[in-house]
Amino acid sequence: METRIIKANEITETVKKLFMDCNYFIGEDIMNALKTARDNEESDTAKSVLSQIIENDEIAAAEEIPMCQDTGMAVLFIEYGDKVVVDGDFEEAVQQGVREAYDEGYLRKSVVSDPVFDRINTKDNTPAIIHTKIVSGNTIKITAGGKGFGSENMSAIKMLTPSYGVEGVKQFILDTVKSAGPNPCPPIVVGVGIGGTFERAAQLAKKATFRSIDTYNPDERYAELEKELLEAINKMGFGPAGLGGKTCALGVNIETSPTHIAGMPVAVNICCHAARHKSAKI
Amino acid sequence: MKKLTLPLTDEQINGLKAGESVLLTGTMITGRDAAHKRLFELAEKGEALPVNIDGETIYYVGPAPAKPGYAVGPAGPTSSYRMDKYAPKLLDMGLKAMIGKGRRNDDVKKAIVHNHAVYFAAIGGAAALIAKSIKKTEPICYEDLGTESIRMYYVEDFPCVVAIDSEGNDVYER
Repeated sequence: METRIIKANEITETVKKLFMDCNYFIGEDIMNALKTARDNEESDTAKSVLSQIIENDEIAAAEEIPMCQDTGMAVLFIEYGDKVVVDGDFEEAVQQGVREAYDEGYLRKSVVSDPVFDRINTKDNTPAIIHTKIVSGNTIKITAGGKGFGSENMSAIKMLTPSYGVEGVKQFILDTVKSAGPNPCPPIVVGVGIGGTFERAAQLAKKATFRSIDTYNPDERYAELEKELLEAINKMGFGPAGLGGKTCALGVNIETSPTHIAGMPVAVNICCHAARHKSAKI
Repeated sequence: MKKLTLPLTDEQINGLKAGESVLLTGTMITGRDAAHKRLFELAEKGEALPVNIDGETIYYVGPAPAKPGYAVGPAGPTSSYRMDKYAPKLLDMGLKAMIGKGRRNDDVKKAIVHNHAVYFAAIGGAAALIAKSIKKTEPICYEDLGTESIRMYYVEDFPCVVAIDSEGNDVYER
């Protein structure tokens, strides 16, 4: 395969469009799930909340304004083909795309420079969190999403050990969702990462929230677990906006990785109903 | 649906029951994490606040920027529990109502009952829709905080639900 040159500017433009689009246009998977949930709910409150969320997402798309004021911290999963040469600074091209999207797209700048002491807004929503994986090929695939912190703050990770088994995994996921309760803007999407190391589990959980909720884990055992957990979560009764009902989650996505003989890390990344992610290939 | 005008009177607050949907019309102030920290620190030192909170309704919000032609950008509620550390003090100083989303701790609940106040929940993530009810905004203070600055909002039929009423009943307890 021949080496391919990609202009830094093309990366910037692509990233910019992805962040604007993901904040204005909710995915079809989420919209379909919201409508199904509205039709399934029995209480007037739950139906009304879901109708308002659907109306909200329709307004955002029609007017090209963010569906939620928390347009998130910018997170990207990038699959970088090893035959690609970027004509310029790759990382800077990505950050510039984020900068332009948040500035020109009327998105909220929500990033502070230092987590503990200064907490001064960087005013352009950078730096973005970039997960880069080198893959074989001559293309770059970018998946981008704005991650709101109302739900991010409700996430958790636990270093389970093998003897906990699948029951321990289920328990930890359900405990995390239960303790989040009404706070993370239900109906939520639950991203679960199991295996790897401490940081790999967390990264997989985030990746899981970026997967469409109308897809299942290719391993049937995990696909069954996704369905079982979704059902158990929706029985908790929190309902839309935490005001009661049958819909607490729209989807549970599980991603896994090989892990150590002594370990079984589980990370649960909670995402609100504004589950924003878009992909593009250059 | 019950319509209420702001500022709320004691009689209006008396009539509110957890779980009830209401529409608010009138003026409220905004404030979230960073502004609360500043107000709280001033109050602790016994210094005057740069905004009058007596009898006021505060909305926990950090809006997105407004597109040209819009009074305000998308402006949904932020999670209220992060203000729990500061809310009892502000309620003791006369704050009457809070609008946010999600659970409050027991200290806040006690302060709500003690001060005969109310906590409303707006729908998290319905920011574009909620913004339609915000007709006018004006800066009040802490403009250096950007989206976290304290502003005055004039709202018409702002939709929310009574989450904790003045008797301490909590819609999230189930």
